[in-house]
Amino acid sequence: MYFRQLWTIAAKDLRSEWRTREAVNASLAFSITILVLFSIAFDPDNPDIKADLLSAGLLWMVYSFAAALALSRTFARELQNDCLDALLAAPIPASALYLGKLLGNFILLLAIEVISLGAFSFLYNVKVAAHFWQLLLTIALGTWAMAAMGTFFSALTVNLRLRELMLPVFIYPALVPALLASISLTDGLLHGIPLSVNDGAVKILVSFDIIFTSLAVLLIDIVLVG
Amino acid sequence: MREPIKYLLAVVSLGLALWVVYLIATTLPLEVVNVGAYQNIYFHVGSFATAFSGFFLGLAASLLYLKTGNFKYDSFAAGVNEIALLFATVGLAMGSIWGRYAWGIWWDWDPRLTSMLLCWLVYAGYLMMRGSVDEPSTRARLSAVLSIFGCLLVGFVYKSIDWFRTQHPPAVFAFRGGGGMGPGMDYPIMIAWGSTLCLGILLAMVRMEQAEMSREIDALRREVHTY
Repeated sequence: MYFRQLWTIAAKDLRSEWRTREAVNASLAFSITILVLFSIAFDPDNPDIKADLLSAGLLWMVYSFAAALALSRTFARELQNDCLDALLAAPIPASALYLGKLLGNFILLLAIEVISLGAFSFLYNVKVAAHFWQLLLTIALGTWAMAAMGTFFSALTVNLRLRELMLPVFIYPALVPALLASISLTDGLLHGIPLSVNDGAVKILVSFDIIFTSLAVLLIDIVLVG
Repeated sequence: MREPIKYLLAVVSLGLALWVVYLIATTLPLEVVNVGAYQNIYFHVGSFATAFSGFFLGLAASLLYLKTGNFKYDSFAAGVNEIALLFATVGLAMGSIWGRYAWGIWWDWDPRLTSMLLCWLVYAGYLMMRGSVDEPSTRARLSAVLSIFGCLLVGFVYKSIDWFRTQHPPAVFAFRGGGGMGPGMDYPIMIAWGSTLCLGILLAMVRMEQAEMSREIDALRREVHTY
């Protein structure tokens, strides 16, 4: 029952995204723009710069920028036509609303990230095939952290003035432990080091996901309903 | 009623601070290599201890607000978190001055420093958010939630020294195996902590009164508008 409610919310968000493709198009265009901007910030062809040491961090910067752009609309877009009030009045718990939106965002972000991983690999000549499935698992774990935080803070800032400006102020500091772990894992994988060697970072990332998702589920009722 | 307590806190805070300065000037070991910059360690650690005490008090007050809905706890959380942020700033500034002499640089992207700066940013965000919500009960509710999140992040900050390699000296206060201070240097840190704590309580009391007063003025203004 609970999972059906959760899936209804996620499917609704994904369906509306599929019909408009607003977030996907904007985030993909933004990711590619950032990839171009990084090539201006440092010269990838300069052998002194060792671009392969920067690539994991670069990839996650692209992901976190694109995520903030896509996630900021999670609850804000429900303000039109008072949809948010209707969702809150619907006979589902606030945590199902949160987890449904989180799941929808997670799938959306993964789709954006897999495409921009291709663009990244193509533009910066990075080989991602060596540990592809482990890389995908790392991206999934890091993306869950971004989606969990972003969805929660999107709910928290929905009634604020300047909500689009406040969201990055909250989510980037809060995400740093997860980003640190994701970057160190990705860096290892791109240099041929499997996840089993880096198990400390895996533990940090998984515990971050579990702790902050549970905390968000516990607090979302206070944030949305009061 | 509250006035004599404030004066007492001010006098105690100043007295304890002078005591630490006296100890530094007379008996405490001078670290020759770092030319005296080392002496601000007492207020560096003291300020951070006060800041963390404040963040935890803020968490307790936020939880109490969510349980009772009494706006007094919200004012208390706001005052205490703001003053804790002030002491975190002081602690960072003193650490930076020390780093200039000990490491030769003002700032280093050491995990300990980075995570403290992040903690500072989280609470700066807390204050910014308080400023951007007009409705008192929404503001209180959302800031209580943010305070709980912020405090959990402070927990990450506290453990970060063990998780990542760091060149910062080990934590002075820890639940197990803290320390790392030279002999005879522990108790001046406690005195400095006492001094900053008294000053912090005094400032937090003032801020709390101001918060309550501004809420009262808001309520009166609304009452006037209804006529």
